[in-house]
Amino acid sequence: MSKESNSGIPSDNEVILGILNNSESVLKRLYLAYFPMVLQLIINNNGNTDDAKDIYQEAIIILYNKVKTGNFELSSKLKTYIYSICRRLWLKRLSQMNKYGGDIKDFQEYLAVDDETEKNNERDLQFNKMGNALQLLGEPCKTIIEDFYINNRSMQEICENFGYTNADNAKTQKYKCLQRLKKLFFQQK
Amino acid sequence: MSDNQLLEVIEHYINGEMSNDERARFEILRNENPDVNNLVNEHKHFTGLIKQYGERLELEKRLDAIHDEIDVYTLKEELMIHPSWIVQLWRTHHSKISVAASIAIFAVLCTMFFTGYLNNREINYVKLRGEVTQLKRKTDLLNNKFNNLNSPVKKNNNPGKFRGTGFAISSNGYIVTDYHVINNADSVYVQSADGKSYRTKVIYSEPQTDIAILEINDPSFKGLGAIPYDFKKSESDIGENVFTIGYPRDVMVLGPGFLTASSGFNGDTTQYQVSTPVDFGNSGGPLLDSKGNIIGIINARETHMVGAAFAVKSNYLLKTIQDIPADSLKETLSLNNKNVLAGLSRVQQIKKLQNYVFMVRVYNQ
Repeated sequence: MSKESNSGIPSDNEVILGILNNSESVLKRLYLAYFPMVLQLIINNNGNTDDAKDIYQEAIIILYNKVKTGNFELSSKLKTYIYSICRRLWLKRLSQMNKYGGDIKDFQEYLAVDDETEKNNERDLQFNKMGNALQLLGEPCKTIIEDFYINNRSMQEICENFGYTNADNAKTQKYKCLQRLKKLFFQQK
Repeated sequence: MSDNQLLEVIEHYINGEMSNDERARFEILRNENPDVNNLVNEHKHFTGLIKQYGERLELEKRLDAIHDEIDVYTLKEELMIHPSWIVQLWRTHHSKISVAASIAIFAVLCTMFFTGYLNNREINYVKLRGEVTQLKRKTDLLNNKFNNLNSPVKKNNNPGKFRGTGFAISSNGYIVTDYHVINNADSVYVQSADGKSYRTKVIYSEPQTDIAILEINDPSFKGLGAIPYDFKKSESDIGENVFTIGYPRDVMVLGPGFLTASSGFNGDTTQYQVSTPVDFGNSGGPLLDSKGNIIGIINARETHMVGAAFAVKSNYLLKTIQDIPADSLKETLSLNNKNVLAGLSRVQQIKKLQNYVFMVRVYNQ
């Protein structure tokens, strides 16, 4: 990779490859490249900088998930795509806050991207549910589950961290924790 | 195999930690037992969700870290479109401003409505029949009802609902007053200056000019004697010295003044405007000129102007008298055309007049 491509606006292909490879630097460059555009959209349409951050990050996560699931086909410039998603999300947010006056000031061209934000809603819901369930689960279960399933730690390590006398105890504990988490997760509406 | 152990096996299987041998055996178990199969799928799905959650959290953390490096404030200053302050003010407060404006308009309209600004005829112009103390009447009525609970004898001490003035047009008991005074009346009484009260009957009325003719049909009535005034046929001129007498209170009240316009409210040519002080109860009173000729009948005043009263012109009275159908008259109605007041002072005129001016009491339910 040339030195030049490590700074400035990354090309669309670079971004997609970068996301697939979990590249930190590409993500950073992507983020820096388009944030001003979104900030401009939102602060000039009744929003503040925190709204811009929220909306932009949501859009990046949508893009990220879409690329990761492997069915991402870019039908326009990435810039237009991100702008369209942010625009759509912001319109939704405005009407939720009853601030939508019927017109929005645009700074870029955009596409219709309804169903993608809808799909993301589903994911958001599950994300929030899981977050709540983990909060309700409490310690030490939360950490055990996180360590094992998210951080991919081995049972041996977990056993040492929590001072269990043998791995079987830890496993029983983990099993109980998982059952409770499932219950908490599915109980939520 | 306990659930706990089963789950461990499933995890081994999903994570690919089994030897080929174990794996083959487990797959056979999975095919044979749908419960196990379900368990495997469920577990896969749920751990997937946990992983997703973790990844998302991780991603958000990374994005936040990147975001913190951006100087949002300067960027914002650069990108913000700065409209003029008045546009900004409107944009941030337009809903509040709109609400405030609507309330203001509503309040103004309400005020205008309740102060009568919007319908000037009805409120600026009041007909002068006196409404006798409603409250007293209601209390009396209540007392009556209360008393009637014990005694079945019904007592009627109704003082009359409305009051006006009227004056004689012939010595045999024909009296003229305003139509609006006797409108909707059940019974009409007249009371002379010396306190005698007579029952009367409305024999003719003309709502257009607001004139009504009453006839005294009370057995105690003995006739009035010669009428001292006569009725002017021609119109009187502006500036003429005029006066009226009437019963705005329980005693006769004189209202001196001038004739100030040859038409009435809103250019009504059947009326004069005069500057005499009048009040509720003056309606139907005679308007006389200095020589003692009847030139009109007091009927209304303007509320927004002090001293603007209106009187129906006497030639309309004469016309009304002519229009009375002959069969309504029990006795001949012969108008007096001899004026004996002409040379007298005001005091003498009124002394002669007072017996011919009546308080009109109107009763209705």
